[in-house]
Amino acid sequence: MSSRVYGIDIGSRSIGLVVLGEEGVEHSLSVPTTYDVLKQCRAVLEGVSGCLAVATGYGRKLFLKEFGVPGRFGRVLDITEIQAHALGARALYPTARTVLDIGGQDTKVIAMTPGGKVVRFEMNDRCAAGTGKFLEFMATALQTPLDRFGGFALGADKRIAISSMCTVFAETEATTLMALGERAENIAMGLHLAIAGRVQSMIGRIGCEPPLVFSGGVARNPCIVRLLEEGLGMAPLIPRDPDLVGALGAALHGKALLSKQSSLEAV
Amino acid sequence: MRAASLERFDGLADRFLADIEPLKEAGALVVGIYCTYAPRELVSAAGALPVGLCGKKQAPIPAAEKTLPANLCPLIKSSYGYAITGTCPYFAAADLLVGETTCDGKKKMYEFLGAVKPMHIMHLPFATGAAQEAYWTQEMRRFKEFLESATGNRITEDGLREEIRVQNEVRRLLARVLKLSSGACSPLSGLDMMAVSEAKSYVADPRAYAAMLRDLAAELEAMARAGQSGVATGARRILLTGCPVGRGSEKVVRLLEESGAVVVAAENCSGVKSFDLLADESGDPLVALARRTLCIPCSVMTPNAGRLSLLDRLTEEYRPEGVVDLTWQCCHTYNVESPMVQGHMLGKHGLRTLHIETDYSEADTEQLRTRIEAFLELL
Repeated sequence: MSSRVYGIDIGSRSIGLVVLGEEGVEHSLSVPTTYDVLKQCRAVLEGVSGCLAVATGYGRKLFLKEFGVPGRFGRVLDITEIQAHALGARALYPTARTVLDIGGQDTKVIAMTPGGKVVRFEMNDRCAAGTGKFLEFMATALQTPLDRFGGFALGADKRIAISSMCTVFAETEATTLMALGERAENIAMGLHLAIAGRVQSMIGRIGCEPPLVFSGGVARNPCIVRLLEEGLGMAPLIPRDPDLVGALGAALHGKALLSKQSSLEAV
Repeated sequence: MRAASLERFDGLADRFLADIEPLKEAGALVVGIYCTYAPRELVSAAGALPVGLCGKKQAPIPAAEKTLPANLCPLIKSSYGYAITGTCPYFAAADLLVGETTCDGKKKMYEFLGAVKPMHIMHLPFATGAAQEAYWTQEMRRFKEFLESATGNRITEDGLREEIRVQNEVRRLLARVLKLSSGACSPLSGLDMMAVSEAKSYVADPRAYAAMLRDLAAELEAMARAGQSGVATGARRILLTGCPVGRGSEKVVRLLEESGAVVVAAENCSGVKSFDLLADESGDPLVALARRTLCIPCSVMTPNAGRLSLLDRLTEEYRPEGVVDLTWQCCHTYNVESPMVQGHMLGKHGLRTLHIETDYSEADTEQLRTRIEAFLELL
């Protein structure tokens, strides 16, 4: 039987897939979640087969319910995003002690022991303050494509404080600044500063041990990365595919279970 | 397996109104109460019927928010929403209401409620000590006089002492039932535990309720002896602390148990906090009631060292593996106490605490599920 394992991270904004074979990552991809989550899951899994699937992210329970019946993927399990990101980050950076994951609707900070065991985590409550969603809203308000928003903000010539972290109120504050004739780049910088400040205080509550791995889609935003580096006094490590760290961690969890099982069978 | 006697508790709240009908017809007044500080013994001694009022569901909150600010605790908004929408049958049945000035939000809500039904306010001191006890005894006396004049019945010392004895017996039996969860395999899930203790607020006859508790205790004790458990083996043992929970606001307890944990003890005032304290059955009964309630380690008290010592005791007795501290949004006193509780539980007992701040809505259910599952993974 194939020992191929795959991890799927069903987030609010994107679905990531990582397929692990004998030799490591065989295949990976990321697609937008859309409103039809299961349809996207099916599309992502097209042509994929394995003996174990591990789901994580917001849609993990839905996935379990839909694909949990024995079939193409063998067994299906789920783990929380906290474990998945910790496992994924440690695989990419074996000495990592802290993980910051800013996704579409959640921000998480995870502290690990030197051995890689999760000891504490902080997670935002239901509000979108300081998440990818916040950036998405603000990019729209400033008519900038989301993937260019960070670079746009780096064109600021001064730093304005935006005091509101509430997505709706921050937009109001930005609108007020626009009406006062403030440069859009400076407003964008103010919004990025607001997020970085909030994330730093979350990290502060956990206590940041370096190295810090920055995962999740927002890690692609160069302005957030630079502000965090300034604020924390250390450069976060950024994976090549930050939005696949959760899926990688989920797949690794599956691999670990398989090898534990086969070692038991060997005994 | 679930104990068979539990079924009798499930329907108690629904049967309450039918059960009190003949008593109402015979002229008994119904007194609606909100909080553990309310001395139900005085109500019964006046020949009236105490009943817990609704305030644990999301449904009436939008109506309440027409008057009350949205950033107020859901318990207050829900209570008020039920009162003004006429959707709480117990509120509808109540002739009188009693409120205690436990927190700022509630005491201001009572001012609005007073316009809906006759309302008596008891002014609660926020500290223990001789002066506070004397003052609170005086508040007991004022409530006694209010009840006497409303019902036309005199509350005798002997009558009151008898009600204290009955309520003490109920508390002893509840403690005996809950105590069974301290064993290795709890015969009772947290949700069942909640239902059993909550039923106390909806019984027409506390003596009959005591008899039911006695049967339940006996059945559970037999289950425990036979090694039969009401929960899955290997479930993580959780100590719940913080704000009260009940039917309708059991979201966090449900998520914990769905995620493979079991609430073995609830320190909150819907749990052990209030069953733990007995009133003195001799001496001046008003002083006994004042003394008992003033010792409740509610976060409105300052300082509130009693909560930490109760947590210490529950930790020793129930051997939890983790602590969940639940705060309803905008419940400032419990929210402020949270870091203290977390530090104490970790420092003294090496136990991690998950602090959850939420309301009665289902909006954050999946988010909470992730946090709860991740917390259980850490234990």
